[in-house]
Amino acid sequence: MIYKKKLALTYLKLDPVQTSVKFNLREKMTNQLTGAEIVFKALEEHGVEYIFGYPGGAVLPMYDQISKQKKIKHILVRHEQGAGHAAEGYARSSGKPGIILVTSGPGATNTVTALTDAYMDSVPLVCITGQVPTHLIGTDAFQECDTTGITRPCTKHNWLIKDVNKIAETVHKAFNIATTGRPGPVLIDIPKDIQFQKGVYKSSKEIEIDNKKKIINSDLTNIEKAVEMIVKSSKPIFYTGGGVINSGPEASKALRELVKLSGFPVTSTLQGLGAIPGDDHQFLGMLGMHGTYEANNAMHDCDLLINIGARFDDRITGRVDAFSPNSKKIHIDIDPSSINKIVKTDLSIVGDSLTVISEMITILKTKYSNFNSSNKEKISAWWSQIETWRKKKSLSYKKDKKLIMPQQAVEKLYELTKKQDTFITTEVGQHQMWAAQFYKFKEPNRWMTSGGLGTMGYGLPAAIGVQLAHPKKLVVDIAGEASILMNIQELSTAVQYRLPIKIFILNNQWMGMVRQWQELLHEKNYSESYTEALPDFVKLAEAYGAVGIRATNPNELDDKIEEMMKINKPVIFDCVVKKDENCFPMIPSGKPHNEMILGPDDEEEISEEGKVLV
Amino acid sequence: MPKSAYEIDQQSESVERYIVVAWVDNEAGVLARIAGLFSGRGYNIESLAVAQVDDERNISRITIATNGTKQVVDQINAQLLKLIPVHKVATYPIDDTSIFRELALIKFVAESDTLKKAEQLCIDLNSIILDKTPKSFIAQYLGTRREVDSFIKKIKPLGAISISRSGALAMKKGPETVKDNKGKVL
Ligand SMILES: Cc1ncc(C[n+]2csc(CCOP(=O)(O)OP(=O)(O)O)c2C)c(N)n1
Ligand SMILES: [Mg+2]
Repeated sequence: MIYKKKLALTYLKLDPVQTSVKFNLREKMTNQLTGAEIVFKALEEHGVEYIFGYPGGAVLPMYDQISKQKKIKHILVRHEQGAGHAAEGYARSSGKPGIILVTSGPGATNTVTALTDAYMDSVPLVCITGQVPTHLIGTDAFQECDTTGITRPCTKHNWLIKDVNKIAETVHKAFNIATTGRPGPVLIDIPKDIQFQKGVYKSSKEIEIDNKKKIINSDLTNIEKAVEMIVKSSKPIFYTGGGVINSGPEASKALRELVKLSGFPVTSTLQGLGAIPGDDHQFLGMLGMHGTYEANNAMHDCDLLINIGARFDDRITGRVDAFSPNSKKIHIDIDPSSINKIVKTDLSIVGDSLTVISEMITILKTKYSNFNSSNKEKISAWWSQIETWRKKKSLSYKKDKKLIMPQQAVEKLYELTKKQDTFITTEVGQHQMWAAQFYKFKEPNRWMTSGGLGTMGYGLPAAIGVQLAHPKKLVVDIAGEASILMNIQELSTAVQYRLPIKIFILNNQWMGMVRQWQELLHEKNYSESYTEALPDFVKLAEAYGAVGIRATNPNELDDKIEEMMKINKPVIFDCVVKKDENCFPMIPSGKPHNEMILGPDDEEEISEEGKVLV
Repeated sequence: MPKSAYEIDQQSESVERYIVVAWVDNEAGVLARIAGLFSGRGYNIESLAVAQVDDERNISRITIATNGTKQVVDQINAQLLKLIPVHKVATYPIDDTSIFRELALIKFVAESDTLKKAEQLCIDLNSIILDKTPKSFIAQYLGTRREVDSFIKKIKPLGAISISRSGALAMKKGPETVKDNKGKVL
């Protein structure tokens, strides 16, 4: 995000005449490459292993390159949205940016959902799109669309390249912008004639990009102040988010140390799961709309809230004016615009999670060396309060003899897979929330879900990206029967590349989350949320060349899950579950954290204002 | 507190007019980025003025008049700084620590009697006549937004048939200039 103006400026200073003179000189001295060759050389320089893409007229020069080189492997998806989510899965599980290559017009517009998804969830992507030749731009040419115009609000930055000699530099800048600061997607639109033209390659070393993280003194003193507040508090809580995951695995280690050192309780957003082990005693589970009773009550009653890398999203805060009313709030975020956007904070630190957490630990250890022991007593009353909330067992559910409960299916999946390093992706709906509630992640980067945009159809392509980044690991997409149909075509991709992903469908025949809202907020008017015709998922799997398994009875669940895990091929596991189960706990729209519904016996009236909210 | 789906006590903070100034690379699409940011996030643009101010470094200065609470304006500031071609941003509350100017051009077409009256009034109100024919003239007026408003109100009945106004320009009084405030991350 921070990059030297100098770069852009020296660059802009050259007028076209000067530029061409310069390049004419160079032409004689250096090897000239086509625009398409330059793109691939730059991608290689950034260590790209995989491109997720789909060909078309406006990118054919670039597709020529794919078969001419060996270092970068192209993964042919079945729909460009799939390419986008696969790149997201790859990025989120590996920490490296995901690369997309698609054609102009429909190829570009099909990636928009994935780009928006990545923008909302801060996932680094570099998307390269073909464009109609320069002289046709603006003429409504075949497969022309204003790609940079359409993607401007859903990328961190984008470029339309009009000079072959700017390609290398732009690709280097693109990688820098996508991966630094708050990560996100970027897009480079390259007209076909520019892909053919010859120009000069410049390595990223020849380009001045300022990557240095600057330390501002005011933020350093703020860290000291934060530690002071931490030491003084008696009802503290850490509220951590995706910023910790994005800061790299070291940040999660540092967070664990800080949590241990302080003895404080910690809760996490949907995107932050895995930073703290899900079974750690100090971990209160996820917070927010479907968070645990103890996490939400602790947020409501705490006297100090320490937000590390989370953004006070509306799924988290519930009613903002009743959000954690009596606490002092510290907000640590790499994105200055997140601070004071939704919730006013008492102290803010703009910085990378790892840097700030490490600094906090150092200060705690040096300035307050007996903190760990002195602190125990101070927060003991707080902990016993938390334990009474915990005793409510807000995630409990009633088992059934004949029917598989969706919660039970996720719990079983967790029990049977927890011994191996497992990666979970999800679609969007109830199954996603149950996955977040019942699958306990031990490590970061093991959990890939569409949180900000809530994109049905995310999980299957994301699993493909994850499996490519981690070929030997178990990758499971916990899915709903409605969501999975939104990008089911990608099963064909998984089969083609022999990616043994497991699609674990909690099949309730309903758009369960929609049905739940209709039940609770729309007088049980179940309008269009039931799918009258569903495919036979076992046969569907077979048609694609994958394996299908169906479980309908709780007794067979263990065996069938184990069977699934043994198959070294893509599998669809059609787990037929109870149809009308609701996902609890739930903070109804417009309610504060301490007014949760815990279960079916606990449902209360939702106000008219509450119903308007999403 | 804006931009949350939930009801927020907005009465506690008053809505004021502000000037937002951004220094940007003069490149294709930069204005669309800024206009898109304002419309996408529901901020208001009252007026807008853009021109290159540094030919050597290719920098344009964009001046936007907007309104909102202090918190909204701080958000605008932070969101603008996230845009890649934006170098620095300043926000001025509209008060007497800064200078504000707007320009208006007004064309009058009328019978010679009315035209004479109009011309005299324009001169009395400190505007400059830029073009004159027997049937028409064009006056230029410079002032704060309020002054331009009141000028137009006074001369409008006298045959003003075409009015063109610029967006506001602003500058802090005194020797200070705006420092680079971009991209400091710990
Ligand atoms: C692309 C898209 N369209 C619509 C929605 C709205 N939506 C949210 S959850 C949901 C139902 C999902 O049903 P299913 O995949 O069966 O999951 P379940 O809730 O039953 O577990 C819908 C339609 C969405 N999130 N994404
Ligand atoms: Mg369903």
